[in-house]
Amino acid sequence: MTEMRFYGTALPNAEIEPYAGKLIVIEGTDGVGRSTHVALLRTWLESIGYAVLDTGMTRSILAGRGIKNARTGHTLGRLTMQLYYATDLADRLENQMLPALRAGFIVLTDRYIYSAIARAVVRGADPDWVRAMYGIALVPDAVFYLRIKTAEELAARVLASGSGFDYWESGMDMGLGNDYYDSFIAYQKLLLKEFDRMTGEYGFQVIDAGRPVRRVASELRRAISKVIESDKIVESDLHAGAVLGTKEKDAATVKIEEIPKVKTSETGIAKESSKTAP
Amino acid sequence: MISYGYHRYPGRLFVVEGTDGSGKSTQLQLLYQWLKAEGYPVFFSEWNSSPLVKDTTRRAKKRRLFTPTTFSLLHATDFADRTERDIIPPLKAGAIVLADRYIYTAFARDVARGCDRAWVRELYKFAVKPTVAFFFRAPLDIAVDRIASARPNLKFYEAGMDMDWSDDEEESFKIFQGKILQEYDHMVNEFGLTVVDGTQPIRTQQRQMREIVSRYLKEKLKEKVAASK
Repeated sequence: MTEMRFYGTALPNAEIEPYAGKLIVIEGTDGVGRSTHVALLRTWLESIGYAVLDTGMTRSILAGRGIKNARTGHTLGRLTMQLYYATDLADRLENQMLPALRAGFIVLTDRYIYSAIARAVVRGADPDWVRAMYGIALVPDAVFYLRIKTAEELAARVLASGSGFDYWESGMDMGLGNDYYDSFIAYQKLLLKEFDRMTGEYGFQVIDAGRPVRRVASELRRAISKVIESDKIVESDLHAGAVLGTKEKDAATVKIEEIPKVKTSETGIAKESSKTAP
Repeated sequence: MISYGYHRYPGRLFVVEGTDGSGKSTQLQLLYQWLKAEGYPVFFSEWNSSPLVKDTTRRAKKRRLFTPTTFSLLHATDFADRTERDIIPPLKAGAIVLADRYIYTAFARDVARGCDRAWVRELYKFAVKPTVAFFFRAPLDIAVDRIASARPNLKFYEAGMDMDWSDDEEESFKIFQGKILQEYDHMVNEFGLTVVDGTQPIRTQQRQMREIVSRYLKEKLKEKVAASK
C-alpha cells in the first residue's frame, strides 16, 4: 500500500487513503520510444500476473478530442493549451488512474505532468503557476525519464520512425527556426534542458534511451520490479513477457528482442506516439 | 506570462458579476449601448464563448462528465482562450472591453463546489485585472425567484445537482446560490469589487454604473474610432 500524496493541494472530494496499486510514469521528449516501452512493460507485467492500466496525454474522455481538434487549427493560444492539457490530466487522474490504483492496478502513464510543465515553461509560462496548477497531481511511485542526450539524435529517431516532423513537436508555434528541422532542434534542446532541471526536483530515475530497445527494456523491468518488490517478483519474471519456458539468460534476451517489432506493429502505438504534440 | 494586476494596456476593462438573476447582464447591455452611442470602440466578451472549448463543454455537460476539478479547469481553459483572443488584443488596441462574468464567477462557483480557494485563484493568475468590477448584489430569494420564473427548468450543473446537496432541483439551486453569494461577499474586499444594490430600479443602477465608468474614460479613447471613419 502507498500513502496518497499530492504535489500541492489535493483533489477536492478525493478520499485520501492508501492505495494498493502503483503509479509508474514513463517520461521523455518526443521520439525517445516511450510508447514502445509502455507497450512492452504492459505485456510483461500482465504476463507475470499484474493488472495494468495504461494511459497518456490527450487520452481523456472529457478533453482528448477537443485538444486534438484545437491542435489541427494551429490556433491554440499558449495559456489555453496548457489549461486544456491540465483538464485532460485531471480527468484521467480522477476517472481512470485513481480508481485503478485503488483497485490495485499498476498504472503506466506515457508522460505525466513533467512534459506539460516543460512545454509550458519553455513557452514562457510562469513556472510557479504551472506547478501550482498541477498541485492536484498524485505523486507517482516512480518516474522513469528516458533520456536522449542531444536534439540531433532525437531528430534522427523521429525521421527513422517514418513519421516526419510534427508542427507542435517541432515547436513551430514558437518561431524558433525557419523550417521544421531547425525549429525541432531548437525546441527539443530547450525541452531537454528543462527535463534535466526537473530530474533532481522530482526524483527522476534516468534511463539512457540511446541504447537498443531490449537493453532499455530490461533496465526498465529491473527498476520496476524494485518498485513493486513488496509483492515479490521472482528473478525469472524479469524475462517473462515473451513467455519463456527457460531461465537461460541468453535465450531470454534473444526472445525479448523480438517483442518490440511484434507489439508495435500490432498496436500501432509507436506510430501514434510520434504524433503526440504539446 | 503577465500576472494579475501587472498588465498595462491603453484600453479599459469593465466586468459585471453577481449571482444568476441579479440583473447584471441587463445592466451591461445598457452600458454597451451608451458607450457605443458616445462613440467609444467597445467589445463584448461572454463567459463560455471560446470556439476551441465550446464543444467539449457542451458534451461534458450533456453527458455529465465533470468533477469540480475538471469543471474548474475546463472553464479556466475557456477563459484563457477568451483572454488571449477577445480581451488582451482589444485592450492593447485601446478599446473598451465589457465582460459578462469574469474570474470572480469561477472563484465563487468553484469554491462553492469544494475546490481550494488558493488553487483556483492561482489558476487564473494570468487574467487581466479589470478597470472596474461591478458586483450586482441581490438577496438570495429575489435572485432565485427571478431565475425560477424565467427558466422553470434548471440545468444539472446550474442547479449544483452534481454535488448531492439535495435531490430537489430548486432546493439544490438555493443551497448552491447561497454558497456562491457567500463567496462573492468574501471577495468584495479581497478584490475591491464595486457593489451595486441589485434591488434598486434598473435606471438607478445604470446611472450609478455610468457615473463610475465615466471616471475612467478619456476623449483619447474615441480617437481610434474617429480615425477609422
